Amino acid sequence: MKNKTVSLLFIMGCLLVIGFGSIYQPNTSKAFSPQVIQQGAVGDDVIELQARLQYLGFYNGKIDGVFGWGTYWGLRNFQYEFGLEIDGLAGQTTKDKLVKASKYDEAFVKEQIAQGRKFTHYGGVEKEKQAAPTTTPKKETGANKTAPTTNVTSVNVPQGFSQNDIQLMANAVYGEARGEPYEGQVAVAAVILNRVESASFPNTVAGVIFEPRAFTAVADGQIWLTPNERAREAVIDAINGWDPSANALYYFNPDTATSGWIWSRPQIKQIGKHIFCK
Amino acid sequence: MIRWILVVILALGIAGTAFWGYQEHQDKNEILIQAENTYQRAFHELNYHMDMLHDEIGTVLAMNSDKRLSPQMVEIWRLTSEASSNVGQLPLGLLPFNKTEELLSNIGDFTYRTAVRNLDDKPLTDEEMQTLEKLYTQSGDIKDELRQVQHIAMDNNLRWMDVQLAIANEDEQTDNSIIDGLKTVEKSVEGFSETNVNNSLIGGGASLEDHRYELILTSDDVSEQQALKISQKLFNTTDEKGITITESGDGANIPLYSTSYHNDKKNAYMDLTKQGGHPITLLVDRPVNDKKISLNEGSKKAKKYVDDLEFQSMELFQSSEYGNIGAYSFLFNQDGVRVYSDAIELKVALDNGEILGLTAKNYLMNHKERKIETPAISETEAREYVNPNVDIQEHFLAIIDNDFGEEVLTHEFLGVLGNETYRIFINAMDGVEEKVEKLGGTEVNYQSRL
Repeated sequence: MKNKTVSLLFIMGCLLVIGFGSIYQPNTSKAFSPQVIQQGAVGDDVIELQARLQYLGFYNGKIDGVFGWGTYWGLRNFQYEFGLEIDGLAGQTTKDKLVKASKYDEAFVKEQIAQGRKFTHYGGVEKEKQAAPTTTPKKETGANKTAPTTNVTSVNVPQGFSQNDIQLMANAVYGEARGEPYEGQVAVAAVILNRVESASFPNTVAGVIFEPRAFTAVADGQIWLTPNERAREAVIDAINGWDPSANALYYFNPDTATSGWIWSRPQIKQIGKHIFCK
Repeated sequence: MIRWILVVILALGIAGTAFWGYQEHQDKNEILIQAENTYQRAFHELNYHMDMLHDEIGTVLAMNSDKRLSPQMVEIWRLTSEASSNVGQLPLGLLPFNKTEELLSNIGDFTYRTAVRNLDDKPLTDEEMQTLEKLYTQSGDIKDELRQVQHIAMDNNLRWMDVQLAIANEDEQTDNSIIDGLKTVEKSVEGFSETNVNNSLIGGGASLEDHRYELILTSDDVSEQQALKISQKLFNTTDEKGITITESGDGANIPLYSTSYHNDKKNAYMDLTKQGGHPITLLVDRPVNDKKISLNEGSKKAKKYVDDLEFQSMELFQSSEYGNIGAYSFLFNQDGVRVYSDAIELKVALDNGEILGLTAKNYLMNHKERKIETPAISETEAREYVNPNVDIQEHFLAIIDNDFGEEVLTHEFLGVLGNETYRIFINAMDGVEEKVEKLGGTEVNYQSRL
């Protein structure tokens, strides 16, 4: 009987502690926002995560604000060493542990990023040694776009593609289909990719786009118009697997098509002004 | 009288000359564009090939079995020859571009020698591995610089024809970023290692003979009325009249209905299979506001959506943020074995969590009932087949399409070598190294480096 009372008291004590713990939690980790950070995420929370992991020596990559593979392994190793559940997700418990174990000098990190310097954020190393001197002063050309509002210095790209590949495809899609509905733009991007896959066309994106007589926008120079954000998004969708053209290899505008041959291709569907065919 | 005739003849002559001149001008422009396009193609292909080259060399570093090594060396050798041919097509006659060409020929020589030699008798020596590592770093540096030049060139709409002119009139000093950029390519600058791998696993070879939409072939056709009902639900609208519907033509691999819907807030488009009425492509187009929910919350919305559509036992495989949109990919999981070919992708707006897109083409095309055998090789045994330099971090069982387009059961290992992460597949029956893939997914934002 007495034993029972003791254990009951113990349980209540535990509950109390847990209760207090959860009340005080927001204070200890107010640095991070409340989100659960997972692979693929972008932003200030990721910068903090990388900086804190680097402080403890779990992350040796660049602090760039994109949660890539390096960050993923760093986080998992941290979770392993600190006896947490190893899931590669930065949830509340993990973030609290991390905040407790490390320091984060936000001002220093953000300043280095803004200056475009190479820097690290290891614990126990003097700051002067962590930042490389600025080698190239920032060019202040008039052509510079609006000042970046973000601290993130990398971007997510679909596996196997560079931003430049995406840009080139966006140029082609914009030149070919800027007046088309969104799905029509994705379909044009998908046709480019279907051609890359197909044995009867060149094997690179650039090869397909610049193939002589393949795209009118290339032949008349419209490909060099500056594409908008929508065209880029359409390209990323197509790369990620969307294909509203349903495996088409050709498309044409029935109002302006001059070649009779194109009419003989088996047609799949029409989106906007374009007929897509095999 | 004669004077008038003369006037008319002269006027005609002038008009004719003007017309002829205009035609010549048009022709010249057309030829200029053609020439420019050839240069552009060579330049962008060079970039792509250098990227691939860097990745393929990186893949060799993580490989273990000699059986895969020889074809890989041949592939690298092929890429060097393609890249050198790209360099050869560029109007660089007067520019020093020796170092890049030298590197290409070094890589080419090295891989040719190793590819033709019998690697079973004479495997790669430590020295050769070191050479390979050096080539890997160098190709990475050059690739990065080239990508930077490519970015500047595209950002400023630079033309190769101008480069050619600038090289031709050397006394005329002009600001020519391509030339400056290519000169810095030649200076070896400390690079970053980001990555790119060509063949994606998802969807496999997607050759249509192997993938026959088994899932839906037995289903009955749905009527237009039913298709409209499904669309209405997925477009999240009560306005059935506003939805337009068309049927696919002869060219389609499987018969489809395409539906679309517009209102002042959004445009929506969907393809669904005529047999069974499964959604295959869904796209919602609307402006997305500032990010309010996290990538993680978005993944929960995506998962719920997938479950609601009755795609069973799908697990999250990858997630990425692009601007204010979260992109997710799910794989089918059968008794703890993930099946790469049965993939579904979703797009979620991170302002309010609305689903902006779905594509289930790979899933519908490849999904079927599979009998999965028990692996003949245990995980511990399979580890022996992985390159000992790779630090293995995670293990899964997976079904992938191998190089011959057959589905094989494999042990999948995620491991780290240097700063790169690799995905390595070891056949669970005979221990063959089926695939080695260098993983990427992020890249330096060139815009932020300007």
